[in-house]
Amino acid sequence: MYAQMVKSTGHAVRALEDMEPQERAFQERINAGEKIEPKDWMPEGYRKTLVRQISQHAHSEIVGQLPEGNWITRAPTLERKAILLAKVQDEAGHGLYLYCAAETLGVSRDELYEQLHSGKAKYSSIFNYPTLNWADIGAVGWLVDGAAIMNQVPLQRTSFGPYSRAMIRICKEESFHQRQGYDIMMKMAFGSEAQKRMAQDALNRFWWPSLMMFGPSDKDSIHSAQSMAWKIKLNTNDELRQKFVDQTVPQAEYLGLTIPDENVKWNEERGHYDYTDPDWNEFFEVIKGNGPCNKERMDARVKAWEDGAWFREGLMAHAEKANTAEAAE
Amino acid sequence: MSDDTLNKALFEFLCRMGDNTLVLGHRVSEWCGHAPVLEEDIALANMSLDLIGQTQLWLGLAGELEGAGRSADDLAYLRDAFDFRNLLLVELPNGDFGKTLMRQFLFDGFQSLILTELTRSSNERVKEIALKVKKEVTYHLERSSDLVVRLGDGNEESHRRMQQALNELWPYVGEMFIDEPEDKLLSEAAIAPLPSSLKARWETLMRPYFAQAKLNVPDEGYAHKGGKHGTHSEHLGFILAEMQFLQRAYPGSTW
Repeated sequence: MYAQMVKSTGHAVRALEDMEPQERAFQERINAGEKIEPKDWMPEGYRKTLVRQISQHAHSEIVGQLPEGNWITRAPTLERKAILLAKVQDEAGHGLYLYCAAETLGVSRDELYEQLHSGKAKYSSIFNYPTLNWADIGAVGWLVDGAAIMNQVPLQRTSFGPYSRAMIRICKEESFHQRQGYDIMMKMAFGSEAQKRMAQDALNRFWWPSLMMFGPSDKDSIHSAQSMAWKIKLNTNDELRQKFVDQTVPQAEYLGLTIPDENVKWNEERGHYDYTDPDWNEFFEVIKGNGPCNKERMDARVKAWEDGAWFREGLMAHAEKANTAEAAE
Repeated sequence: MSDDTLNKALFEFLCRMGDNTLVLGHRVSEWCGHAPVLEEDIALANMSLDLIGQTQLWLGLAGELEGAGRSADDLAYLRDAFDFRNLLLVELPNGDFGKTLMRQFLFDGFQSLILTELTRSSNERVKEIALKVKKEVTYHLERSSDLVVRLGDGNEESHRRMQQALNELWPYVGEMFIDEPEDKLLSEAAIAPLPSSLKARWETLMRPYFAQAKLNVPDEGYAHKGGKHGTHSEHLGFILAEMQFLQRAYPGSTW
């Protein structure tokens, strides 16, 4: 999942008996596991929160093309190049489904782009980190897509129909992405000394930002509580982070790589791995725009949009001419 | 003519086919994440993916035929610029999106004609690849011609950009139709057509699109050449420096 700290209404969750009849009926449908469809009545807060969350996810897919695209021209074999191209193409496709899902809530893709380009809308903090060696492409698949899947799998059951259906398609492709990432990591970790060094370097740099992908602890957050009541969010950030650590530590061990946290160890009593929390100051700085690549990522997206204006306008002009000609016939 | 001479000619030809798709695929992939609309990001990644897939087929067969144990990857990653056989057209920098589209269109027209001929090749392996690849290229031409027409006949700005792209790229069109000594051998053996024999058909295929796009086709003029026998522009060296970096820096590794 590429949504972090999505704000909801900012109010505490209300009990059913305190709700107006319409809202109460809505909440009861959600409680019964029914899907909400775009034309159904919904509270304004539900709609707004969903737009924020879905668009943040869509923006992340689009910005996420950049760090991976960074290695397409340098991929070490034709097959790796083809796989990476296919993967980045999938990410753009995910962006497309998600913008469509958001559009069903009455907001256009252009408006959402405007929010992204002006800095009003956020995207996942992870894409503000650079991809510096080829193993980073493995680490992005293994860790970043791995962390994303943790959140996206439950979201297949989310209450909003179009979002849930988009997630079902996305999850199928993400699990393929994660496998290809791990496959790169295996080749690197079991390869030459230089390749092992690249693999360890990638893990060192991507471990902490991957843990941050889940967002800070939200067990006391009123925003998360409301989102959970609406089944827009299904697990707390800490639950998902723990699940991710539990899955990833044995995978790193298999690769013979060292997680850059000496406190990672199995806790028999809890039935989970213990680990150190990431540096949340760093996270907040990245969210504020001070990550290593924030400026480059946003400049690249804004430039693509502005440089492409003539192309979009030219196509529109042609379509208008064609419509006029058709109407005249 | 000995089998050896013919084999060498075919190797050259397969490298031309594979290097064209490899170098163009590289250029197209540079757009990844930077296209004017999301649908174009998806389409360009798809195009590049097709081109890289085609490269694997052409260079794979080239390596097999050569019999020196070189794989498609070896040919792509371990030759220097003077051993590359692609057209100068495909190695030119992307320019604006209009220039990228125009380059694609000019190439797709040529590629679709040569592939049609190759689907009748006397060499079964060449024929097999051509039959597979032709379907993809038919779609590429459909797409690039559609966009060239819509932008050429769009608004003033889009028309100006497309005309400028055509003018700038035009001197690189002639190279497609130059016959090299190998082409004559291959044509006699009915393996591949003489490039010069495709010129009139290319004109017949492309002129109606240019007319629909309201673009003026420049006069014949000077044709830059050299790519097909390894004398390239300055651009190719940089493409290879980037593309081959890992294979060159860490030789013999498995990726």
